[in-house]
Amino acid sequence: MSEINYREISSNGLWNNNPALVQLLGLCPLLAVTGSVVNALGLGLATLLVLTGSNMAVSLIRRQVTEAVRIPAFVMIIATFTTCTELLMKAYTFELYQILGIFIPLIVTNCTILGRAEAFASKHGVLASGLDGLMMGLGFGIVLLVIGAIREVLGHGTLFADMQLLFGPGATNWKLHLYGDGQGLLVAVLPPGAFIVTGLLIALKHVIDKRIAGRRAARKAAPVKGARRVRTTGVIG
Amino acid sequence: MTLFPRVTSPHGHAPQRTDQVMLRVLLATLPGLVALTWNFGWGTLINIVLASATATACEAGVMALRKRPVRFYLSDLSALVTAVLLGLALPPLAPWWLVLMGVAFAIVIAKQFYGGLGYNPFNPAMVGYVVLLISFPIEMTTWITPRELLPEGVSLPGLWQSLQLVLPLPAPTDLAVDAFTGATPLDSFKHNTGLLTEQFYQQTPLFSEAELAGFGWEWVNLGFLAGGGWLLYQRIFTWHAPAAMLAAITLLSGIFYDGGSSTSAGSPLMHLLSGATMLGAFFIITDPVTSATSNLGRLIYGAGIGILVFVIRVWGNYPDAVAFAVLLMNFAAPLIDNYTVPRTYGHARAKRATVKKD
Repeated sequence: MSEINYREISSNGLWNNNPALVQLLGLCPLLAVTGSVVNALGLGLATLLVLTGSNMAVSLIRRQVTEAVRIPAFVMIIATFTTCTELLMKAYTFELYQILGIFIPLIVTNCTILGRAEAFASKHGVLASGLDGLMMGLGFGIVLLVIGAIREVLGHGTLFADMQLLFGPGATNWKLHLYGDGQGLLVAVLPPGAFIVTGLLIALKHVIDKRIAGRRAARKAAPVKGARRVRTTGVIG
Repeated sequence: MTLFPRVTSPHGHAPQRTDQVMLRVLLATLPGLVALTWNFGWGTLINIVLASATATACEAGVMALRKRPVRFYLSDLSALVTAVLLGLALPPLAPWWLVLMGVAFAIVIAKQFYGGLGYNPFNPAMVGYVVLLISFPIEMTTWITPRELLPEGVSLPGLWQSLQLVLPLPAPTDLAVDAFTGATPLDSFKHNTGLLTEQFYQQTPLFSEAELAGFGWEWVNLGFLAGGGWLLYQRIFTWHAPAAMLAAITLLSGIFYDGGSSTSAGSPLMHLLSGATMLGAFFIITDPVTSATSNLGRLIYGAGIGILVFVIRVWGNYPDAVAFAVLLMNFAAPLIDNYTVPRTYGHARAKRATVKKD
């Protein structure tokens, strides 16, 4: 592998090739658990942990595992990290673990993780793979958080409710009560709300990308000073 | 000399401009609107005014954002039709924010985000209705008791009192809201436990006072039937979808009527003249954008909606189901179109619109 561009890896994970908004991977947990900020954060952190760990482990064994058995090997590694995360959550954030339920074990089947193992970690060094996992995990987690926040505000009228499940009893009063009596636009916390909010976020990313590209093109199109048009048709004397 | 000017085909010049079609649809809702207002008071009219204002504002706003000519798109009246249909479907005296939210969702998300009139895969009014129904089940199922069934000494709120109830104004002091709210016929029939249909009808004033089906509601539905008949006469749409839907409901409720036993699903007349059956059959499923295109396709599309309406009404959790049924069949409309391409005159058997190529 030649020069590794850490900047590019980071910007890919966070924006250009964001797993949730561009690759559209891992949509099942993304849509299912983003009903509130705390759920989104819990799943985001768990995925981040598994993704970083499995990327580094896959990168370590990439020369030993043959082409034919690589997928089962990757899945075993991912399952191991998922089990570790699950046990950690059971030990420290048991209530949140119960709320997230099946979606913690299901991190094994999150396409983002297997996708990064296959597309990146099995071809790059440990450090680059670790960074890729971290950045992809962060990109996924941030999208989860944003969706969770939007849905919580619309659906319950609150923000950061029940954060004590993740940060201990000190976080009980982080809850912001924005409006209403805990009963907002119910559709936002139901499955259709997840699809609509995710769709709107994807559209928003397209709009921003288009703006950036437009601005870049406008900058490039500025005429060079002193340039002359050259006649290329007809008889050139 | 040119007594008969030579022009190329097509020779039929039916001037069906979009705004004229939409205007006729608006006019055709009048009988139903009158029946609703007579039975349930000013609420529906207030709904429609609020909804129309919101729809116009939303449509104009999105058009300005999309840098399209605002006046041109507003003058096709399509936003107004969505608003009026939603206003008719919402319960009278629904709070103002309910109407605003539903119409805004219908126009901005269900219609304009998909590209505007002609590009929306789902009926905007029904999307707005369903979003409200699953978000605010209590507000959406609080209906009014028909005027003539109100208990002694209770009357429907007047125009000012209605405005006080709908808008964020101080609530009227001389009015007990619980006195004039009540269940719809479909809702009360759904909660019939163990009575024979005949007994149940006798015990429930909504049915025992009625001529054909649920009191008040029969006239609302007949009003929409009359309006729909006029539209059909005006050739705004073909008979296929409404006829198929009504036939499917009649057939299914005939089969499951069960002779009026205690587990009966209700008589065909009740299903035809209750809830949103006629509004759906003539004003919602005839939407040319979201329904199937060919005549055969429309028959299938309408029948599918009829079946779904009956199934959800009888075995589902909601008393009425037109909105859900329409949305589900909106999903299916492109598939129906794919399999029902009509044969072009002079050509061999029709093929599917999309053919799988390996």
